[in-house]
Amino acid sequence: MNLVRSHVLVCGGTDLSSSESEKIITEFDVRLKNAGLENEVSVVRADSSDLCASGLVVIVYPEGAFYNVTKPDDVKEIVEEHLVKGKIVKRLLCDESAEAGSDVKPLSEIEFYKKQLRIALKNCGIIDPENIDEYIAFDGYKALGKVLTEMTPEQVIEEMKKSGLRGRGGAGFPTAIKWEFAAKQPKGVKYVCCNADEGDPGAFMDRSVLEGDPHSVIEAMAIAAYAIGSEQGYIYIRAEYPVAVKRLQIAINQAKEYGLLGKGIFGTDFNFDLEIRLGAGAFVCGEETALMTSIEGRRGEPRPRPPFPAVKGLWGVPTILNNVETYANVPQIILKGAEWFASIGTEKSKGTKVFALGGKIKNTGLVEVPMGTTLREIVEEIGGGIPNGKKYKAAQIGGPSGGCIPAELIDTPIDYDSLLSIGAMMGSGGLIVIDEDSCMVDIAKFFLDFTVDESCGKCAPCRIGTKRMLEILERITSGKGTVADIENLKDLAEGIKSSALCGLGQTAPNPVLSTLRYFEDEYMAHVVEKRCPAGVCKDLLQYTISKDKCKGCNICAKNCPVSAISGELKKPFVIDPDICIKCGVCEGKCPFKAISRK
Amino acid sequence: MKTLADLEKIKNKTLDKMNIRADREEGIRIVVGMATCGIAAGARPVLNAVSDEVSKRNLKNVVVSQTGCIGVCRLEPIMEVYAPGKDKVTYVKMDAEKAVKVVAEHIVNNRPIKEYTIGEADK
Ligand SMILES: Cc1cc2nc3c(=O)[nH]c(=O)nc-3n(C[C@H](O)[C@H](O)[C@H](O)COP(=O)(O)O)c2cc1C
Repeated sequence: MNLVRSHVLVCGGTDLSSSESEKIITEFDVRLKNAGLENEVSVVRADSSDLCASGLVVIVYPEGAFYNVTKPDDVKEIVEEHLVKGKIVKRLLCDESAEAGSDVKPLSEIEFYKKQLRIALKNCGIIDPENIDEYIAFDGYKALGKVLTEMTPEQVIEEMKKSGLRGRGGAGFPTAIKWEFAAKQPKGVKYVCCNADEGDPGAFMDRSVLEGDPHSVIEAMAIAAYAIGSEQGYIYIRAEYPVAVKRLQIAINQAKEYGLLGKGIFGTDFNFDLEIRLGAGAFVCGEETALMTSIEGRRGEPRPRPPFPAVKGLWGVPTILNNVETYANVPQIILKGAEWFASIGTEKSKGTKVFALGGKIKNTGLVEVPMGTTLREIVEEIGGGIPNGKKYKAAQIGGPSGGCIPAELIDTPIDYDSLLSIGAMMGSGGLIVIDEDSCMVDIAKFFLDFTVDESCGKCAPCRIGTKRMLEILERITSGKGTVADIENLKDLAEGIKSSALCGLGQTAPNPVLSTLRYFEDEYMAHVVEKRCPAGVCKDLLQYTISKDKCKGCNICAKNCPVSAISGELKKPFVIDPDICIKCGVCEGKCPFKAISRK
Repeated sequence: MKTLADLEKIKNKTLDKMNIRADREEGIRIVVGMATCGIAAGARPVLNAVSDEVSKRNLKNVVVSQTGCIGVCRLEPIMEVYAPGKDKVTYVKMDAEKAVKVVAEHIVNNRPIKEYTIGEADK
């Protein structure tokens, strides 16, 4: 028996005679025979169908295309186009009109995308990251080709200088200046490194770039290597990013296969090779000197600077280190020109910045906006505002090294200098939105808890100082703090900032200082009134049952996990504060809203 | 690969294969977001279902591919359809079942399923 490749079902519409469908079936038989397909396609008559209101419905399987057939010529087209060539005949599709789907909103009209501009994320979500050809199809490796065949290393650095690109990893140091330092060192072994450690809690910008467009980073590192005279690069990435590591490795292998890494790239005498180094996920290993120590195979601890890595870096030779997102901008700058890049953003902060938007915000996700976009635009327009009708309280930017931006400063343009001037910092791009239900002292405690955990312990100010600060915060949030504690906090913070060995310690007090700057009243409420205004700090909370509202239904008592609630049915119940663990279950269960938290 | 011309050749060849050129007459491209956010939300079964359905229906000229994160992580898994002469259609919060429906309705019968698209996500 011959295997039938396709089935054609001919269904009579409700108002069509069966002779009409016979005619169409005969037409199919003749046409199929002419095309030599009579053994491959079977034509079947089916019961009338109500799928199309008028005309004859012909369904072609396995594709499942629904056609509306009105004349024998339509059959000819279905046979010749669909059955012979495998192309669906759009014109004849049921209900098909040129307008079909025209009321589907295109992505560019979705509020989330309107204010975004994608440079670093240009290919993310468009190309297949595991296929180098698709990267090349979007002008990938063209910048490297241009640099190697048309530009001198000095011209590359000059172009980067004109672009105004600053590091996206935190400090915002001008990328070209770093490259120039390293380029000016005597010829010899030099290294190019990429910082893909991304340790800020809540940040995932770099992961997305590496998962969506790994070749852009590889291409940029090769360009940097050419600019400074290096032949070897390392990408330091945390092992906690398995998808990114895998795609990066595939990308490196493909680039090697194509001769885009290796010896004599683009027929020149430029050689460049690249290797991945996995980190174990310690925050301090994102700091440049600790990162290099870790690549060398030693314990990831920082060392004093100077000497700066551009002079004495990995294995004691000149090394540049840039962040993933910084690199992702480089090929675009070379291709579209420094003037184009410098035309985006503000006077001192050029280009765009990627943010990982999280916390109390509707559209959590990844956004890329021109520098100078205001926080309000990011939170309200792109982010869609705060869910559940809650009020914006602050945004925490820059992770454990950063600070918070209160409501009165929500119109601050997001660029390096504006952020520094209000006691926050760009950081690597974590942006956590905080609403009225969060306690700012508790937020500060969260970040300090993180730095205490992540301190490598090498220098005393960071190892001991941050721990003491955390203890004070714990006292304050548990209601045992005093006004003097707040002064002590400030003193300690200043001391640690000025004496810690590396950026981790130097910036660790920032979340405390910044919340103190804008929310000192909340700290005071904790120490003076022993009250947590947001109702977060458990030790300062008390749940009470209103005598007037309680109907004595017993629901709260039944749901209390520690049996802290008692009473007589139909009479007001009471909560025993000594047993209560402040879990809040009763408040949620009370049908009369009789339980309140203070 | 030795010259920029070699690069250009790969570019042109791939652009045709990708079904992404704006001026193409036919050819559909379906991409599924497969970054960590997508995978965590269940993009892998979606990608598998789409690939299976396209091959089961023997659809010619349809490219199914994975891609990175387009940013709206909250609406993952995300699947996008690029058809000639049309804006790309972004489907959100997909699962295998919905993905199969999109192949039948949108790809075969040219009727995008509006209720699964991003514009409807919050309605
Ligand atoms: C504690 C600490 C952690 C850091 N973590 C990162 C990180 O995860 N990723 C990163 O790119 N830079 C991080 N940095 C900044 C790097 O030290 C360095 O400035 C940066 O990688 C340089 O690249 P850029 O100029 O392109 O920003 C960290 C710094 C400190 C002090």
